[in-house]
Amino acid sequence: MSGHSNYEPKTGIERWLDTRLPIVRLAYDSIIDFPTPKNLNYWWTFGGILAVCLGIQLVTGIVLAMHYVPHVDHAFASVERIMRDVNYGWLIRYMHANGASMFFIAVYIHMFRGLYYGSYKAPREVLWILGCVIYLLMMATAFMGYVLPWGQMSFHGAVVITNLFGALPIVGEAITTWLWGGFAVDNPTLNRFFSLHYLLPFMIAGVVGLHIWALHVPGNNNPTGVNVKSKEDTVPFHPYYTVKDGFAIVVFLILFASFVFYNPNALGHADNYIPANPLVTPAHIVPEWYFLPFYAILRAVPDKLGGVLLMFGAIAVMFVLPWLDTSKVRSMRYRPTAKLYFFIFLLACLILGYCGGQLPDDHVIPHLSTFTLIDADLNSFVWLSRFAALYYFAYFLVILPILGLTETPLPQPESISAPVLSHPANAPAGAAASPEKRG
Amino acid sequence: MFRWPYQNVWQGRRRDRSGFPVRSEGSRSLRPQTKGSFKVADTVVGANPDTHAAGDDPNRRDFIHIAAAVAAGGAVASLAWPFIDQMNPSGDTLALASVEFDLTKVELGQQVVIKWRGKPLFVRKRTGAEIAAAIKDDKADLRDPQTDEERHKPGKAEWLVVIGTCTHLGCVPTFGGGDFGGWFCPCHGSHYDTSGRIRKGPAPKNLAVPDYAFLSDTKVKVG
Repeated sequence: MSGHSNYEPKTGIERWLDTRLPIVRLAYDSIIDFPTPKNLNYWWTFGGILAVCLGIQLVTGIVLAMHYVPHVDHAFASVERIMRDVNYGWLIRYMHANGASMFFIAVYIHMFRGLYYGSYKAPREVLWILGCVIYLLMMATAFMGYVLPWGQMSFHGAVVITNLFGALPIVGEAITTWLWGGFAVDNPTLNRFFSLHYLLPFMIAGVVGLHIWALHVPGNNNPTGVNVKSKEDTVPFHPYYTVKDGFAIVVFLILFASFVFYNPNALGHADNYIPANPLVTPAHIVPEWYFLPFYAILRAVPDKLGGVLLMFGAIAVMFVLPWLDTSKVRSMRYRPTAKLYFFIFLLACLILGYCGGQLPDDHVIPHLSTFTLIDADLNSFVWLSRFAALYYFAYFLVILPILGLTETPLPQPESISAPVLSHPANAPAGAAASPEKRG
Repeated sequence: MFRWPYQNVWQGRRRDRSGFPVRSEGSRSLRPQTKGSFKVADTVVGANPDTHAAGDDPNRRDFIHIAAAVAAGGAVASLAWPFIDQMNPSGDTLALASVEFDLTKVELGQQVVIKWRGKPLFVRKRTGAEIAAAIKDDKADLRDPQTDEERHKPGKAEWLVVIGTCTHLGCVPTFGGGDFGGWFCPCHGSHYDTSGRIRKGPAPKNLAVPDYAFLSDTKVKVG
């Protein structure tokens, strides 16, 4: 997509097309000849895995839309019809429903990879921000998709999420009424959610195109975080990374298939097999697992507007991350202190996710009452989420800005090739004479 | 030489002999240049109205640009509203906005849930003890201060009509739970008293009392 092209059209037809629409050249430069750092590990395969996830969601989704009826009287029944009567409908729906979860597993790994190896730092800020946009679009798409089966969790999830906007002062009520197209979540809401659920994946695909474009300008980051210095540091994307990504995709699809075929409802909620009833809220209402950390942040704040702002702030802070991290060293391989804080951050995110699935006032350690701090027992999930949420924000707003100025990073290798070539295993005979050059 | 049919709109520009516009300052045409077969056009400085020093009065070309941008922008802006407003409640949704309800269906101490505007509506016939508890708490520390008197129709203290959606995030509270003898919201733990006032938890407001009127002693119209 940028820079020098090594494409040479071989046949007359290719030459003819190349002077009119150089699409074969684009594909050649992007996925065949693209110079890629030769030290990418398996954490780098999730970009390809995510592309596969998007493809699966698009294909299965378009098929499901052929059978689904977006009307409050028919939506639930039409989904059951897909499960029972439509040929292979059960397979396609389970692929779509579990595909959403797989998509989020992959995207979270992809994001933590970027956080650990500093892939958000210059010159990849736009690449990172486009990724955040994709993540936001994914969350909107997943939320609206979950509403479509019109079960109890669908309905009351939609009620809770749309009511979040009601927390805004003055305009809140007008916005929720506008989102609903009525005075409550009802048929107009379902209709528009279906329309937008169909639209947003194509917007995601568009932003993915920009994301890849922005990737191909500076090229991939790599586990050392050191810039590519010479041709020695790279290998062509094909066959090296087509094969590596391909292998990772196959392994990932095994996990995917194990859910689809052996435990298709493990990641869902049983209450969503009860048709939506606006008059009764399920006793324990939870969002899908991939929203739980944000749900925990929402509930950690005793104030309605404050909770909503903090929840959206948790995503907004990621957009400005490139300017919060003051360290010039990309990879945390060479930032031992930052590495420690990173793994605590990872733990805080997992704790938030766990808390989001529990009742706020339940005890973390069973049968142990400590003392009441402000409004809840200290040994409660609400307090655990508060501590984890505090760390979540501190990591972005305090730790990363200060650490970059105060820490002493380890020496970085001169190039991507240097630590490989200086490794004892690769040492030519006689090289042992200068052990100080070993990386 | 091919000519664009609307080429005359480029009137202000100096052209080479093939009709391609000439750049402002120099001698080169915008025509793709080919070796040896191209004749340099004459230079006429200042003949192109596109160029004028900063601070000069806008010329006619600027006026056309601004007018076109304003017209296009205005057209888009005026069309934006219909596309935004179409998502607001439609005429038929608004037409279904009121219901009548027969109160004889509710026993003392009972609550009936009816659907109004897609939301649950609680119609409660309160016991004397519940009314007394609600009045007693009028002076309590309330987040959304309201007396019990303000929450029912005059002389109809036994009838409490409230919208059954939690003012936090819209879940349906259940009656008989919570610390204050009223409703408890299962979603995020808000407690309401026997008057439907918020007493504990994240909800900011009391359960809303809709606009309603007694048509007779046994009939109310909501909305």
